[in-house]
Amino acid sequence: MEKEKAGFFARLKQGLQKTNNSLLEKIGKATTRKIKIDDELLEELEEALIMADIGMPTTTQLLESLRLGAKNKELTKPEEVRPFLAKEIRKLITVKSTAKDEEMAEKPHVILMIGVNGAGKTTTIGKLANYYKNEGKEVLLAAADTFRAAAVDQLAEWCNRVGCDIVKHHPNSDPSAVVFDAMKAGIARKKDIVIVDTAGRLHTRTNLMDQLAKIRKIISRQMPSAPHETLLVLDGTTGQNALNQVKEFNAVMNVTGLVLTKLDGSSKGGAVVGIVNETGIAVKFIGIGEKIDDLQRFDPELFSKALL
Amino acid sequence: MFDQLESRLSATLKKIRGLARLTEANMTEALKEVRTALLEADVALPVVKDFIATIKKESSGKDVHKSLSPGQQVVKIVHQELVKLLGGELVGITKAEKGPTVILMAGLQGSGKTTTTGKLALLLSKEKYSPMIVSADVYRPAAREQLAVLGEQLEIPVFKGDGLSDPLKIVKGALKELKKESLDLLIIDTAGRLQVDEEMMAELEAIKKLATPTETLFVADAMTGQQAAEVAKTFHERVGITGVVLTKLDGDARGGAALSVKGVTGCPIKFSGIGEKSDQFEQFHPDRMAQRILGMGDVLSLIEKVEKEVDEEDAEKLAKKLASGRFDLEDFKEQIKMVKKMGPMSDMMSMIPGFKLPKGADIDDGQIVKVEAIINSMTKEERRSYNIISGSRKVRIARGSGTEVSDVNKLLKQFVKMRKMMKNFKKPGFMNRLASMGKQGFN
Repeated sequence: MEKEKAGFFARLKQGLQKTNNSLLEKIGKATTRKIKIDDELLEELEEALIMADIGMPTTTQLLESLRLGAKNKELTKPEEVRPFLAKEIRKLITVKSTAKDEEMAEKPHVILMIGVNGAGKTTTIGKLANYYKNEGKEVLLAAADTFRAAAVDQLAEWCNRVGCDIVKHHPNSDPSAVVFDAMKAGIARKKDIVIVDTAGRLHTRTNLMDQLAKIRKIISRQMPSAPHETLLVLDGTTGQNALNQVKEFNAVMNVTGLVLTKLDGSSKGGAVVGIVNETGIAVKFIGIGEKIDDLQRFDPELFSKALL
Repeated sequence: MFDQLESRLSATLKKIRGLARLTEANMTEALKEVRTALLEADVALPVVKDFIATIKKESSGKDVHKSLSPGQQVVKIVHQELVKLLGGELVGITKAEKGPTVILMAGLQGSGKTTTTGKLALLLSKEKYSPMIVSADVYRPAAREQLAVLGEQLEIPVFKGDGLSDPLKIVKGALKELKKESLDLLIIDTAGRLQVDEEMMAELEAIKKLATPTETLFVADAMTGQQAAEVAKTFHERVGITGVVLTKLDGDARGGAALSVKGVTGCPIKFSGIGEKSDQFEQFHPDRMAQRILGMGDVLSLIEKVEKEVDEEDAEKLAKKLASGRFDLEDFKEQIKMVKKMGPMSDMMSMIPGFKLPKGADIDDGQIVKVEAIINSMTKEERRSYNIISGSRKVRIARGSGTEVSDVNKLLKQFVKMRKMMKNFKKPGFMNRLASMGKQGFN
């Protein structure tokens, strides 16, 4: 357990290293040269936070608490700035009452995956299926992205790798029909978990969002408590538009959690700080690579530490 | 896209425009707002800094104090610099001097390379090229199948490279096949890769060396944040990109990535992806985009579209109706007909400067049929004055059009919203601009 924990931390650290480096470098630079927390220092910190995609409103908020901290003498030395900011960021990304999805009171536990094009839904589903498989769960995948060319093949390939069941139809068939059959199969075969893949869609496309709502309705009709999770997949490289995505998808789909992908590059994923703070929707998983086990549970404590 | 940036800048510039004289102090304030607007639009900080510095330098020169309208001067400079930053002028694909032209696509995972490869092949096939497409993505499950399916759908030849699992061998095979089939354009799709992945970047270099493309296009997601600059810079340094394709422009991202990528690489943005359909792909127009950012909308694009799809007389009639502000359901019906020819209504609306489509006011293509049916089920009188449509009339209309009363209500609500938008058309300044742009377009 201890070892696993260290491995996880190392992995997260590694995944976020680039973020870490540049932000650290910036704040390091900002904090070693200055003695007083003056406007110039604040400006440099502002830039560092903006470069991490944290966004203007959240950055302003963070700086305000920094200013306040200095005023209250909580903060007197430059070296205190980093831990102070980390603490503040952690506060922002910690959601108080996170529903425990582990409970999974009912079978099947239905997870609906949604997001814009190219966010990494299908890859995340592959990893997620593997994650639950390793927990000894029986997983069924629903290939309801019938729009993108070969998306079904892509999911089927993940299915082979993981070793789980899949329900698929012909390309360009009605995604609702796929979901209908998958729900039926999930219930009949007494699966622990059903994960539904959907076609990527921009949150601005009303008709496609309506289609998503319909998919949700079909799931609920067969199982009133489902979907138990609606996970919105966010590309970690996305900037401030991520907030719009969360708001729009949430308005239509009642998002229960976020998955932040592609954190293995230089992407900061900082946009998520403001998002969690504003919407109260928790980040549940992060994707830190292309390998099947490159998916980790999100931990605000570790994330904020790794970020700074 | 650029919507929010546009409105931010519009507000800021309006502020500057309103000033009689530009002082050092209020210029600083205005530039701060420009900075915030650009940062909120995800323009990378270094690019923003350069931009602001240039504006400052240009603005605080001699003209500032003695000019009659210093505000206009700043507007001009901001506009000029934006145009410059966005790419200057229109650039197409560079053709190989001899032998087939090769285009290499590169970018991060999920930026839209495969979809773009298909779209680009389709677009260029209409410009006298005979393209072939090939996927050198041996990593992502079913990536090659995806391109093969796209090729089939678009009727573009695909080199499938069955049995090959080495990207270089696949490309080699494709080049051979290209010659054999005497086609003149090969577009190579590659696996998405992180700019920090040394091995994958080396592979891209090797592919480039083998294929000697005339164009290496960097595919960038318009929603990308601050990292856009860093990523593009590294790709440029490693493989030498010649142009950029900006994807997912149909979303509501402010699109700062466009400025960032252009700013750090100096490479022109050549194409933009504006929808999921294969033909929703076009040349990028930096000048128009700059105008759009500054609140002039994409009038030129709109005019071009109108010119292409609607005859001049109809278009003039439409303009007149818009200008009159007396817009009833009868006009709406006519407009729907016209709009059906021009593409999604929301697309067209977004090109018009000065207004944003309110939530729920957009009309989906599939819905248009329904909308038409509802309007057709109304009497002429009802179409002329929607106020008389009572509950019982609604029931009749719904029955007549095979829809629900809720559909009729929804339509009426949308219509009222549209009418409100049309009022914006009458605001002074805007109409003059539209009119003068229109004249340039039609003459």
